[in-house]
Amino acid sequence: MAIWVEVGTDDVPEPGDVVGFRHGDRDYALYRTADGGLFASDGRCTHQQTLLCDGLVMDGFIECPKHNGRFELSTGRAIRAPAIRDLTMYPVKAEGGRVYVDFGDDEPTGP
Amino acid sequence: MGYRDRLKWYELSGPATDFAVESGLADAEWFRSDIPRPKLRELMARSDYPAIRDTAIWIGVAIVAAAAGVYLWPSWWSAPCFIVYGVLYGSASDSRWHETGHGTAFRTRWIDESVYQIACFCTMRNPTTWRWKHSRHHSDTLIVGRDPEIDVMRPARLAKVTLNLFGIVDGPVQLGLMVVHATGHLTRGEREVVPESERVRVYRADRVWLLIYAATVASAVLWHSWLPVILVGGPRFYGTFMERIYSLTQHAGLGENVLDHRLNSRTVLMNPLNRFIYWNMGYHIEHHMFPMVPYYRLPELHEAVKGDLPAPYPSILAAYREIIPAIVRQLRDPTYFVKRELPPGAAPFRGPVDGLFPSAAVV
Repeated sequence: MAIWVEVGTDDVPEPGDVVGFRHGDRDYALYRTADGGLFASDGRCTHQQTLLCDGLVMDGFIECPKHNGRFELSTGRAIRAPAIRDLTMYPVKAEGGRVYVDFGDDEPTGP
Repeated sequence: MGYRDRLKWYELSGPATDFAVESGLADAEWFRSDIPRPKLRELMARSDYPAIRDTAIWIGVAIVAAAAGVYLWPSWWSAPCFIVYGVLYGSASDSRWHETGHGTAFRTRWIDESVYQIACFCTMRNPTTWRWKHSRHHSDTLIVGRDPEIDVMRPARLAKVTLNLFGIVDGPVQLGLMVVHATGHLTRGEREVVPESERVRVYRADRVWLLIYAATVASAVLWHSWLPVILVGGPRFYGTFMERIYSLTQHAGLGENVLDHRLNSRTVLMNPLNRFIYWNMGYHIEHHMFPMVPYYRLPELHEAVKGDLPAPYPSILAAYREIIPAIVRQLRDPTYFVKRELPPGAAPFRGPVDGLFPSAAVV
């Protein structure tokens, strides 16, 4: 069963941008594409653990700010080296102006 | 330090590598100027137009110069035509390789990748090994034992640096590597940086390239003419001198084993022709701090961060007035390097300003 955790309102990106946030002791990233699509993923690049919240959201992908590796936001698939391992994505939804992410935890722990 | 010791010190799997990893220099956090996110987003934005325009000029002028050279051949009047062609093929392709390798030059991915493949062929750089080597260069810029792109060691291999103005050392090495790769092998240094899953791409590209070069040489023999070699492959040698002149300004003579690009990279202001050939890579500190900013936005990035940076060099000549004496001095004293001054109010240097090294006896 999905357990939806509300993400802080300061952590919701503008269209075409990404923000980072922490949940438990891990970094995550929340993306809003230019057409309004909302996505959530692990916060660090699978190549060398660079924070993706400093990266570029464009045309449905996130580009790592350090080595320009890219991941498809709809699937997490690594689409440009040096990123060759896929990014873990999480279900995300917006309801009543609030954003919720399902981290796959057993219990909600809050952002 | 003897010749062999020096080479061993710069190897990617030697004592310097162990030291870099153990002391936290590998894959470390580097200094970045603080730029408001909206401004950075604006600077990172991609567009196809500037790079399509510049690529059309690059290829267009190269074709015209090559055609004029062939038309005037074997007269000496063909020489200036081939010099223009050679610089566009052998030098301008370096910056095209670099920018498209980062994926920042074009917004459209297939155009970027196509130009990357062309530029790799012109520079004789395997598209896969060099992509991974350059990633490492950005992770570990001038970290000894980690960075595979250190051009000028301390002390410098002066003969190699000089001969490479015409690719005399690196060109044959790259041709030899093509043969190595085509037979399904990598060097030890390449195995350090290229993941297993990517290696088949290395072998495939170099097999195709060897066929192209074999066809070029066969054409030259068949037609009893140097022209095929002057047009294909040759410019990697006779036209590469400008690339060397530009590239040595990036890091030569500056600090090793530091974690702040202001200590190991230069910003060199260039005239419009050099900026076109080099695609603004004179803004090298800025590029290393923010590799996602495309070349056509680097002058704006420079304006945004210049309060944190040492004064830029006003010309290539000004940079060499510093580089040459520094390299000469390093022949006698390999511990010497150029220390840059920050302007008042700049963010302080991050990490060890003098570099982090094991005891002098080891170095």
